[in-house]
Amino acid sequence: MSSSMNNEIAVLGVGMHPWGKWGRNFVEYGVKAARDALEDSGVRWQDVGFVSGAATMRCGYPGYVAGATFAQALGWQGAEVNTSYAACASGSQALAAARAKILSGACDVALVVGADTTPKGFLAPQKGERPDDPDWVRFRLGITNPTYFALYARRRMALYGDTQDDFAQVKVKNAEHGFRNENARYRKKFSAEEVSASNMVADPLRLMDICATSDGGAALVVSSLEFARKIGRADAVKVAAVSTVTPTYASSVIEMPDIATDSAAVVAAHSFRAALPVKAYEEAGIGPADVDVAEVYDLSTALELDWMEDLQLCERGQAAQLVRAGDTRVGGRLPINPSGGLACFGEAVPAQAIAQVCELTWQLRGDAGARQVAGARVGITANQGLFGHGSSVILKR
Amino acid sequence: MSEETNAAAGKKHRQPALEGWFTLDNEKPHLIGNQCADCGTFYFPRARNFCKNPACNGDHFEDVQLSRTGKVWSFTNAAYQPPAPYVAADPFVPFTIAAVELEKEKMIVLGQVVAGVNPSDLEAGMDMELVLDTLFEDEAAEHITWKWKPL
Repeated sequence: MSSSMNNEIAVLGVGMHPWGKWGRNFVEYGVKAARDALEDSGVRWQDVGFVSGAATMRCGYPGYVAGATFAQALGWQGAEVNTSYAACASGSQALAAARAKILSGACDVALVVGADTTPKGFLAPQKGERPDDPDWVRFRLGITNPTYFALYARRRMALYGDTQDDFAQVKVKNAEHGFRNENARYRKKFSAEEVSASNMVADPLRLMDICATSDGGAALVVSSLEFARKIGRADAVKVAAVSTVTPTYASSVIEMPDIATDSAAVVAAHSFRAALPVKAYEEAGIGPADVDVAEVYDLSTALELDWMEDLQLCERGQAAQLVRAGDTRVGGRLPINPSGGLACFGEAVPAQAIAQVCELTWQLRGDAGARQVAGARVGITANQGLFGHGSSVILKR
Repeated sequence: MSEETNAAAGKKHRQPALEGWFTLDNEKPHLIGNQCADCGTFYFPRARNFCKNPACNGDHFEDVQLSRTGKVWSFTNAAYQPPAPYVAADPFVPFTIAAVELEKEKMIVLGQVVAGVNPSDLEAGMDMELVLDTLFEDEAAEHITWKWKPL
């Protein structure tokens, strides 16, 4: 994989519908986000050649064909469409599809959109008796998503001496960031005492350590660098890398929805999360030391710490020390989740990876207002979708 | 215990909650996995058609009983009632869950931990053994599964 300017595309515009539990049709959120992104870009909707949608599986047929659904709602204008599904990584796959189209010369400008309307409570599997489906099996045995987050968290406590208070500090930090973000669903500051007083869900994680599910929508207008120059936007933020790698066998960490890991008896063990950014760094031709800000998938407070290490932003086992030192706050040495992260947004699956790119675009432009990371020039996202979908995007000025 | 004695004692028929996933030996049960005949990679649950080792084209597997002891990799509990298809007792009773590392198979297997063991009783590296226990009961039967128990 060669790293070169030829792989880059421009982010001309970004837009979001605020996250919440609005209970309205997902199309409404997607179209609002798309219109905002178009306005932000200065590009007319009629000039978009490709609409790349991230699918939702919870909103019926329109959700399965999200690209076409958004294109129709914006007003059919003859663009080509595509829909990507990769669980939580769907948004990055939709961006990757748009980038491929642009880099191949098949279109100048693409619109990437993801939106979701979510049910209440635990995410549950499809109905019916399906013992061949690992997702059915693990729920039958009482193993929910928080089970996995808690196993990782407890493992950190055993290996590195992390404490429940370290995890609470991640929530306190993200709540402070999200308090300043008008697109966040939860805009309230919390103390560590409040976090540790919330109900235990999956020991050692409490309610406030675990992210909720939300409604929301996010969109990007992306183009070739040549098109950006032509419209006077040569200074636009650029997508320098998109990594959508799968794991390498044998995957040594227990992953949702599996009941067991691969066996590393005859082949070497690999960590999926750690492999994700490696391709992104290679493609962008930069290293972890160049990163100024990161948006990572904090499904739990403790998972944010795992991601920091998987992105090589610190040594393995050192992430909690950065949190204790205040390094990961806006204003600190290496701010993590300046948007407030999933802690303040809750997960709107197909929109989430796109929302990470929106936040970094604002940060790199210097448009992030009260949560601005001073002088940010390079940002990285990390996210992982069920069934082996990796997602890591690098943006730079 | 035979079906007749079970019936005489007013006990329900015991049946595996997952058919073919573990031996029905009450004393020393094992998880039933399989192993690729070509490269030797272990699988649990059993691989059906093709070996998943990218360097192997194997498509024949031999059933194997997995190690019935291992060490705690990590652990947690379910403090809230999981959604269906989990079948909860009324009222719901929280349970402990362990991820146990099998040394020979180099594999981590999840399972509930037997009742009475709390997260505070466990630590990483502890020796655990596999036992059979009730997952849930309905009118027809007692549905059994594997659970982990501290050695």
